Amino acid sequence: MGASDLIMYEEEFQKIKEIISKLRVDANANVVFLVDKNGQQIAATGDIESLDTTSLASLTAGNVAATDGLAKLIGEREFSVLFHEGEKDNIHISIVGGKVILVVIFDERSSLGLVRLRVKRGSDDLGKVFQQILEKTERERASGKSTFESPFAEITDEDIDALFKD
Amino acid sequence: MSFINYSSREINCKIVYYGPGLCGKTTNLQYIYEKTNPTAKGKLISLATETDRTLFFDFLPLDLGTVRGFKTRFHLYTVPGQVFYDASRKLILKGVDGVVYVADSQEARMDANAESLQNLVSNLQDHGFDLKTIPYVLQLNKRDLPTAVPLEEMLKTLRYKDEPYYEAVAPKGIGVFDTLKACAKQVLLELSKK
Ligand SMILES: Nc1nc2c(ncn2[C@@H]2O[C@H](COP(=O)(O)OP(=O)(O)O)[C@@H](O)[C@H]2O)c(=O)[nH]1
Ligand SMILES: [Mg+2]
Repeated sequence: MGASDLIMYEEEFQKIKEIISKLRVDANANVVFLVDKNGQQIAATGDIESLDTTSLASLTAGNVAATDGLAKLIGEREFSVLFHEGEKDNIHISIVGGKVILVVIFDERSSLGLVRLRVKRGSDDLGKVFQQILEKTERERASGKSTFESPFAEITDEDIDALFKD
Repeated sequence: MSFINYSSREINCKIVYYGPGLCGKTTNLQYIYEKTNPTAKGKLISLATETDRTLFFDFLPLDLGTVRGFKTRFHLYTVPGQVFYDASRKLILKGVDGVVYVADSQEARMDANAESLQNLVSNLQDHGFDLKTIPYVLQLNKRDLPTAVPLEEMLKTLRYKDEPYYEAVAPKGIGVFDTLKACAKQVLLELSKK
C-alpha cells in the first residue's frame, strides 16, 4: 500500500468519535466532522441527517487544496485556518497533523472565539490519535503481517463482476 | 490513496477522468449518474463556469456494493481540460487510485490529446505516481463523429502501456460503464496486492 494510504482501526475510530463529540459540545457547534485531504469523510457528529456529508467532504477538500495552492504561490507553507461566515451558519476549517481536515459548523449560539479555543484543544487530541494510527500502520507494515487480514487479499474476478451486476 | 475503515467496514477509492477540454469527461460522469440506482449514488457536483465548462472538478460518489463484507465506494472526479487550468488539474490528482484517460477521436483534436496525455504523465510524477504502474484505462470517445480518426492510428499515438482501451460514445453511454468497470477492477486488484 502506498505510504500515504490511510487505514482506520476500531480502537482509534472510537477515540476519534469521542473527541469530535466532545468538541461539538464544548464549542456549542452544530456539526463537527473530519475529512482526509483527498475528500474522504472519516467521521462526523451532530445534526448531520439533513446534511449531504459526502459532498461536503469533497468540496471541503477541494477548498483546502485550492487554498494550499494559493499559499504556495505566495510562499506560505499553508493557511492553517479557513473561516467562512454566513448569515446564519459559519464554517471553521482547520488542518490537523498536516493531513486531516477538521470542519466545525456553528451558528449564533456559539462564537468564533469559542470555536477557535476548543478546536485548538481538540486538534491536539486528534493529532495524537492520528500519530498512533500512523505508528500502528508502520509497525504492521514492518512486521510484514497484519493483525487485520486485508479484505481484498483474495479478491476474484467474480467478486468484481458482481459489483457491476444490475 | 484508498481509505480503508476497518471499524465501519468501508473502503473508499478515487478515480480521476483526465483528458483535453471537451473530450467528454463530464458527459461520462453524467451518464453514470443517470444510469445509477438512486440508493447507490450521491449528488453529482459540478464546479463549472457559466458556460458549463468545468472550472475545478466534477465529483460523483458511487457505492458499488460489498466485497467480502466491505462497502466499496468510488469517488469519481473529472479535471478541467483547458490548458490554463493546470494548477487545478494537478490538485485533483492528489491521492488518486486510478485514472481514466478520455481521448477525443476527432482528427482536429489529436494534438490536444497527445499534449494532455503528456500533461497527465508529468502531473502524476509531481505526486510521485507513475502512469506505467498506476491503474489506468484509455477511452477513445466520440467514435460516432464522421471526422473520427481510425482506431489503429489513435492507439498508435495514445496507447501508453498495455492498458485496456474502449471505444465510446459517451452521451449514448457506449463504452462508459466498460471503462469505469475496467478501472475499478484494476484499483481493487491493486488493493489485493498490498
Ligand atoms: N458526438 C459526440 N459528442 C460528444 C461525445 N461525448 C461528449 N460529447 C459532447 O462534447 C461536448 C463536451 O463534453 P464534456 O463532457 O463537457 O467535455 P469535458 O470538457 O471533457 O468535460 C458536449 O457537448 C458533449 O455533448 C461523443 O461521444 N460524441
Ligand atoms: Mg468537463
